[in-house]
Amino acid sequence: MFQTFNWFDVLFLLKAAGWTVLLTIVAFVGGSLLGGIIAVMRVSALAPLRVAAIAYIQVLQGIPLLMQLFLTYFGLSLFGISVPGFFAAGLALSLHSSAFLSDIWRGCLESIPRAQWEGSAAIGMSRFEQLRYIIVPQAVRVAIPPTVGFIVSMVKNTSLASIIGFVELARAGQIVNDATFQPIKVFGTVALIYFALCIPLSILSRHMERSLARRLNVHRNVELGI
Amino acid sequence: MSIVTLNSVSKSYGTVPVLREVSLALTPGEVVALIGRSGSGKSTLLRCVNALERVQSGKIVVDGIEVTSPSADLRKLRQTVGIVFQSYNLFPHYTAEGNITIALTVVKKVPKREAVEIARAALERVGLADKAASFPHQLSGGQQQRVSIARSLALSPKVMLFDEVTSALDPELKDEVLGVMEGLAAGGMTMILVTHEMTFARDVAHRVVFMHGGRIHEEGPPKKLFSAPETPELKQFIKRIF
Ligand SMILES: Nc1ncnc2c1ncn2[C@@H]1O[C@H](COP(=O)(O)OP(=O)(O)OP(=O)(O)O)[C@@H](O)[C@H]1O
Ligand SMILES: [Mg+2]
Repeated sequence: MFQTFNWFDVLFLLKAAGWTVLLTIVAFVGGSLLGGIIAVMRVSALAPLRVAAIAYIQVLQGIPLLMQLFLTYFGLSLFGISVPGFFAAGLALSLHSSAFLSDIWRGCLESIPRAQWEGSAAIGMSRFEQLRYIIVPQAVRVAIPPTVGFIVSMVKNTSLASIIGFVELARAGQIVNDATFQPIKVFGTVALIYFALCIPLSILSRHMERSLARRLNVHRNVELGI
Repeated sequence: MSIVTLNSVSKSYGTVPVLREVSLALTPGEVVALIGRSGSGKSTLLRCVNALERVQSGKIVVDGIEVTSPSADLRKLRQTVGIVFQSYNLFPHYTAEGNITIALTVVKKVPKREAVEIARAALERVGLADKAASFPHQLSGGQQQRVSIARSLALSPKVMLFDEVTSALDPELKDEVLGVMEGLAAGGMTMILVTHEMTFARDVAHRVVFMHGGRIHEEGPPKKLFSAPETPELKQFIKRIF
């Protein structure tokens, strides 16, 4: 006899959604720290750093996220390190997002006209100072829409963590459905929760873009090429 | 004693030679105008002087700094040699004043308050004291170009390089920029300027250098060079320009 889908199940799903959010945050923070470094390496003046960054991005982008999850989860246990699913999933998703974020951000850094590099070099700035004061501040605004787009896809990608036994929103949906067998109601609710998680991100993105455009005052620089 | 010396400088991009054994020396306060056809290597020559480009052979020394040495102190060099480009290269996310103070606070470690004073004075010098709070996109081309000159001047350079700084400007805006440069020359600044403004070169420069095929083909005082060119290449160039 199946139980019917009720408010306790909804609560259970919401709690699992909390894990989805947490996993997304971990993956984004980890991915940003690592991805930021890789992006800067990618536009470095030193060829070995560039090559290393390209290799890193290519390898990680070339392996399906699912395999990365398996590899971190089972790979770590092979070394005798038994880790909770959350840790393994957080690590795998961080690595995965670092490869994609660094590639997105490299594009944003490269979209800043050469004249900006030249003008800042000509007044004596070091490579680091050029990035810090001239290039990155202009690249940030360009980077917001694709970055938020990537976070939205990451919210959904966390569902793959269920494969290594971690109970996040998608896995929780399966569990509830197994008990109630009301797939339309259950997965409809799950879908709604995913949707509710992603919509605010898009709104936040638009808001940040606007306030940054005001602050940085760069809304015409791309067209003008200065 | 010269403040800028180029000694048999050669540079190529890949296998294409762009500068061939160029030698040139400027005494302090001297104004040299570089003229020549498109592709003759004028911009490249300027960019080598402040090490934006590296040379393959020869030696460049500016105010005692050996530019062509691999261990050259670029930060010091670029405070000694200012360069202004045709395309302004202002930072769009900073105001006119901010464009100047960022150079001072970051590169010279000048305290913010002092940097603001220097920036105001530099803007005053180019006649833009009232535009301190404007962003580049709110300024005309001529005004942007004057801000970028002010940005260079604020670092108190001893040599200024100008690469066709008026070429992108409408005729009525050229004069305000040329006026600033004329004032600098009169004030004793050592300058190398690439220009197509032959009248300006004739009136302001002490010496005109005609480049052709990566070499200094002919040089001399402007009056003599323009009225009695010796080589057929320069004759032809002058005939086309005037
Ligand atoms: N980055 C580069 N890579 C390869 N070739 C280059 C590069 N920069 C310049 N050149 C070549 O070097 C030659 C000299 O260029 P340069 O810009 O110094 O000429 P110029 O005298 O300033 O010309 P113009 O009057 O058109 O500005 C040209 O043939 C140009 O094609
Ligand atoms: Mg040129």
